Amino acid sequence: MEDRVLLAVKDLHKWFELRKWGFIHVGFVRAVDGVDFDIHYGEAVTFVGESGCGKSTLARTMLGLYQPTKGEILFQGKRLQKLGRWYRSQVGYVQQDPYGALPPFMNVRRILLEPLVINHWGTRAERERRIREVLEEVKLTPVDDFIAKFPHMLSGGQQQRLVIARAIVMNPKLLVADEPVSMLDASVRVEILKLLDSVQKAHNLGVAYITHDLSTVRYFSERIFVMYAAKIVEKAPVKELIRNPLHPYTQALLDAIADPDPENAHKMREVPPGEPPSLLHPPSGCRFHPRCKHAIEGLCDREVPPEFEPTPGHFVSCWLHK
Amino acid sequence: MEPLLKVEGLKLYFRTTKGIVQAVDGVGFELMPRTAMVVVGESGCGKTSLARAILRLLPKNVHTYSGKIYLDGQDVMQLNDEQFRRQIRWQKISYVAQAAMNALNPVIKVGFQVAEPLLIHKRMKREEAMRRVVEAFQIVGVPTDFVDRYPFELSGGMRQRVVIAMALVTNPQLVILDEPTSALDVLTQANIMNSLKGIKQEFDLTYILITHDISTSSELALEAMVMYAGQIVELGKAGHFYLEPLHPYSQKLMSSVPTLREDKELDFIPGQPPSLINPPKGCRFAPRCPKRFSACDQEPPMVEYKDGRKIKCHLYA
Repeated sequence: MEDRVLLAVKDLHKWFELRKWGFIHVGFVRAVDGVDFDIHYGEAVTFVGESGCGKSTLARTMLGLYQPTKGEILFQGKRLQKLGRWYRSQVGYVQQDPYGALPPFMNVRRILLEPLVINHWGTRAERERRIREVLEEVKLTPVDDFIAKFPHMLSGGQQQRLVIARAIVMNPKLLVADEPVSMLDASVRVEILKLLDSVQKAHNLGVAYITHDLSTVRYFSERIFVMYAAKIVEKAPVKELIRNPLHPYTQALLDAIADPDPENAHKMREVPPGEPPSLLHPPSGCRFHPRCKHAIEGLCDREVPPEFEPTPGHFVSCWLHK
Repeated sequence: MEPLLKVEGLKLYFRTTKGIVQAVDGVGFELMPRTAMVVVGESGCGKTSLARAILRLLPKNVHTYSGKIYLDGQDVMQLNDEQFRRQIRWQKISYVAQAAMNALNPVIKVGFQVAEPLLIHKRMKREEAMRRVVEAFQIVGVPTDFVDRYPFELSGGMRQRVVIAMALVTNPQLVILDEPTSALDVLTQANIMNSLKGIKQEFDLTYILITHDISTSSELALEAMVMYAGQIVELGKAGHFYLEPLHPYSQKLMSSVPTLREDKELDFIPGQPPSLINPPKGCRFAPRCPKRFSACDQEPPMVEYKDGRKIKCHLYA
């Protein structure tokens, strides 16, 4: 089993120190607070959660852009810190805002050349061939029309295709996509998700897809990890999670999503009260207990729930499923 | 019953260095009191321009602004700008602009910002206005002690509620909501939609909801308008639109909506909406339409379908 694991994350913590006037210690913002999971070779997993739950910090830590405060990340069994720059060529990053992620003064060729040059990949002719190959793959065709363009000359969907091209140009094994479609129009969204899906299948990539939109998840990934307040509260295969959500937070999240149905206008939706907690002073015990209608007094507000496995492959951190 | 808002042949063209942009091109519809109409379409199809044309919030480069707008039977196009500002804007129609929650002034307390329409449009005394603000905060579900806070002290959802309070504080009849929940989390989104539903019931309001998020729009919509390239392509009851869209563009749009509970093959619309500087002759959707045929070179008529919907398509002529 172990050799199927591409990326193993063990008890990962990423805390940011908060200081007043630059030197008085105020506390730690616990952006990622004890997270465990595996991503297998060629597997797409989704991280779902609201803004401020630590999804993006987790993504940046997985990319090696942040040093973990505690815990470790193993890539193909080796610790990330030991891998150094080589790891960067093994992992691609698809950013949320394509326009912000593309340097405006570089044309398409230059943008795709940059990673190849930095990693001393191939000869000049090989690089040119690789750039054209990748552009074909993300369907920025005819290639000759696009290769000399600058980012502002492309539409939002084309820009995101270019970002994906840049992420896969080094043939990585892992792709981290942080809200890749949330800035795009609904009709383009599906197009980009389908492209990501075909790229993932063609190269057998491991993909960490980070989103707040549960409705797109079922079209893309195999497993979902639900995050709340810096922790993963539920892990399950997509279909299982949608059919049988166990954690009260996951249930609330699924209930809040509307499908296009005219009946919706005539009824109110049930939503848990309050807002996600501050990560500077997270609640004791289960972090969802102040908003949870099933909270058990004396247990949920005191003890942190461990991970239970009520059905095989479906993990949940909730005392209700002890 | 008389319609609250009646729009006929509304046109709004902008002058740019590249040519004339036909952002709203001959839009006409009626809106009954106490309904909610959703306006959907891709970005750049003129949804926001339509809202701004109704409110007469126009930039300097307007080329054409014509058509008829009746509000409660009154022909508001006859009013000059000053009369319109005094009698209509924020008195009868208010507006929650796109991303307005990020446009709050960072150095003014939110309570005072919400009071501003009362001071300007209703010429209220400050104390009285602040009392109204507290009431408005209660209605939209913002804790009343937030009146003394600055925008950065509020979460995104709370800021959005503040902006909605600003639109409601003058007791308008019609509220135009431009993407009111698009930058928010799902739970916050559901919460705000609940509040909007409740407020509509309680105060007999009429909404125009502009959005590209079709799933969320179904929370509020009773009527639906689909816009494409500055024109209405489908107009009718929301129930008909969500269950069985007729115009090929509406059909494509609906099939690109991901659904959570139902397994369906997702589709997308190839290509992009046309430039509004030189829109295609004939049907504007024809170049992307899977069902186009010879007649599509001609401008399609607005056809009334048997369930009362209006469709701009040759297929139903």
